[in-house]
Amino acid sequence: MPTSEIAGSHDLALRHQFVNQEQQRDASSMGMWLFLVTEVMFFGGMFTAYLIYRHANPAAFMAGSLALSVEYGAFNTVVLIGSSLTMALAVRCAQLGQRKALVGWLIGTILLGATFLGVKAVEYHEKWENHHVPGPTFNFDTAKEESTKDHPEAQASSKSVEMYFSLYFAMTGMHALHMIIGIGLMSVLTWMSWRGTFGRDYFAPIEYAGLYWHFVDLVWIYLFPLLYLIGRRHTF
Amino acid sequence: MSTAAAAPGSNYLTNGSSVSSWLLTKDHKRIALLYLLSVTFFFFIGGIFALLIRLELLTPQGDLLQADTYNKVFTMHGQVMVFFFLIPVVPAVLGNFLVPIMIGAKDLAFPRINLLSWYLYIVAGILMLWTLALGGVDTGWTFYTPLSSQFSRTNVVMAAVAVFINGFSSIFTGLNFIVTIHRMRAPGMTWNRLPLFIWAHYATSVIMVLGTPVIAITLLLVGFERMFHLGIFDPALGGDPLLFQHLFWFYSHPAVYIMILPSMGIVSELIACFSRKRIFGYSAVALSSIGIAVIGFLVWAHHMFVAGISLYAALVFSFLTYFVGVPSAIKVFNWTATMYKGAVTLTTPMIYAIGFLGLFTIGGLTGLFLAALGLDVHVTDTYFVVAHFHYVMVGGVVMAYLGGIHFWWPKITGRMYPEFWGKLSAMIGFVGFNLTFFPQFIVGYLGMPRRYWMYAPEFQVWNVLSTAGATVLAVGYLMPLVYLTWSLRYGPVVGDNPWGAVGLEWMTTSPPPTENFLEPPVVTWEAYDYEHIKEVPVAY
Repeated sequence: MPTSEIAGSHDLALRHQFVNQEQQRDASSMGMWLFLVTEVMFFGGMFTAYLIYRHANPAAFMAGSLALSVEYGAFNTVVLIGSSLTMALAVRCAQLGQRKALVGWLIGTILLGATFLGVKAVEYHEKWENHHVPGPTFNFDTAKEESTKDHPEAQASSKSVEMYFSLYFAMTGMHALHMIIGIGLMSVLTWMSWRGTFGRDYFAPIEYAGLYWHFVDLVWIYLFPLLYLIGRRHTF
Repeated sequence: MSTAAAAPGSNYLTNGSSVSSWLLTKDHKRIALLYLLSVTFFFFIGGIFALLIRLELLTPQGDLLQADTYNKVFTMHGQVMVFFFLIPVVPAVLGNFLVPIMIGAKDLAFPRINLLSWYLYIVAGILMLWTLALGGVDTGWTFYTPLSSQFSRTNVVMAAVAVFINGFSSIFTGLNFIVTIHRMRAPGMTWNRLPLFIWAHYATSVIMVLGTPVIAITLLLVGFERMFHLGIFDPALGGDPLLFQHLFWFYSHPAVYIMILPSMGIVSELIACFSRKRIFGYSAVALSSIGIAVIGFLVWAHHMFVAGISLYAALVFSFLTYFVGVPSAIKVFNWTATMYKGAVTLTTPMIYAIGFLGLFTIGGLTGLFLAALGLDVHVTDTYFVVAHFHYVMVGGVVMAYLGGIHFWWPKITGRMYPEFWGKLSAMIGFVGFNLTFFPQFIVGYLGMPRRYWMYAPEFQVWNVLSTAGATVLAVGYLMPLVYLTWSLRYGPVVGDNPWGAVGLEWMTTSPPPTENFLEPPVVTWEAYDYEHIKEVPVAY
């Protein structure tokens, strides 16, 4: 992504390989969308694994899902959707050339992203305390766990629940890594915005960082129901 | 801008000579040369392992290498050759140099990302060499689980990280090409006027962008399993090693087309030029590249016919594998038809191109043998398979690559290579290749399994032939290294278009200026318009 390389005054913003601004805009926007396509394929590998293993062992997935805290998950979903709103507002302010508001919304996005990661860290920590992290310390007996013992449809072997948690940590871990990268990106953009790099005729990096952020948000929109909400209908 | 208008008469090679003007260059042509040096280096690293394999197999018993070392040697041969030579070789060297020039652009769309690609490749390459220094990996280049995830005691994680990082290099190259071809064509350069080299690189880039992320996540999951005990492929947790194979081949089968498609692009250019005819069936050849890219994504499970997939799935994949032969055959027939009644001149690049046709046809047809379910059961994991994919990936790709290097050498360097030595090396390479790999078809069909350091004594005669051929082949590959280097200084300076070829790259100077064209080109003619151009004297 041509983030830092276009820094500078607007006259210099046309890079030498392009004929005009329109070509440059088209090219960089297409490049960003293609990058998001690669991201879809990247997460696609894990979603495929999820699909196959859940189909093979629905009870284990239900058990693992019931052991997650739906409150944390729902709270984080709201936080992330909120961060997508602040991101969209940041793009809007960049387009209108409102420097201070742009910086404000970017910082808002960073704070919401950090909140998400904080909650995630608490969740991971609880999983560790409860021996729900795959590996030698893993221990999950569906007949004894508080969350699953009253659910006859969620009785499965400890090993198969470990598979659920393997996927849980792989998928949410890769998602969190993307969040961290996104926050790093936003921090650089905030600093650049503060210095007045962006204006009405040059705001592409904000726009593309926004696309990335919305994509990461969207991944979570799939992860939340797939990981947290399996079998919840039985509890209502 | 680093590429401020160069002084008149200067070219991309003379525009700056400091180390940083090379290592921090954003010029696609200089980056192509950085790649040229680095892929050549890895080719010879991989070649040393090939030589060790062939030396060990000279005799039926294990005398040079024992089982453990042999496992590591064939693994490192595969990983270095596949990921660090065959996949980048044509796109990153010739593609990088030619894609912008052929469409009349000043550079790729994202020059910095292009440079980043090379650095990622180098970081990955250093990690791979480090893995070698620490004793290598013994999983086979395929990283099959659970061997790779649980049982191997070698540095699987480091090798996987190397391949992972290298994957991003590949993704960025593909992304750059797609955007460049879509958005940066010169006025008048419509899709129907694009050289077939460009169509081939476009199709290749689509595979790079869609396929590579899948192997990235797959290897990452193997790494997670080794390091953090996340058991995605662990049978003890109900994980399925077959899932690994599906995900691995979802990339790694199309990866074969990443290797062969750009080579096919080269061959289209060479055959049209040295038959002095418009390529026969231009649209068919162009669309067959896209066809290969699309169907190539739907055949992966033919690597798994004996792995325990369902018979019905196997039938579908068998059918689709036959089907992917169709666009490849379209290309071969159209190249042949182009040569028919053409004014064929047997220059070095043309000899390489014809060699490609022969070797690729044998490799492709034996691929159809392997697509047949019944026969595949018989020859799975034998030397028949080894011979088949070497015919395509080495016979095909390397022949075309060397043909392309000779063809564009005067454009890249401004100097001509010695034609006599060029022809000789092309023919030695062809003979050496067949001598190396044809016996492997026979010995494989007779039942010699791959990946063992010893074999039954009755197979020895074929293995001796193969090892002898490998020696000849090595000579065929070393010769260009010598005389091309020699020609950098002593080769005759030839004009901008020594072959009388069409294509925008021949309309600029040799070597091209940093901005590729002194006047931005406007295209008003069709591709391969050999019938209508004035007869240009051919230099050789």
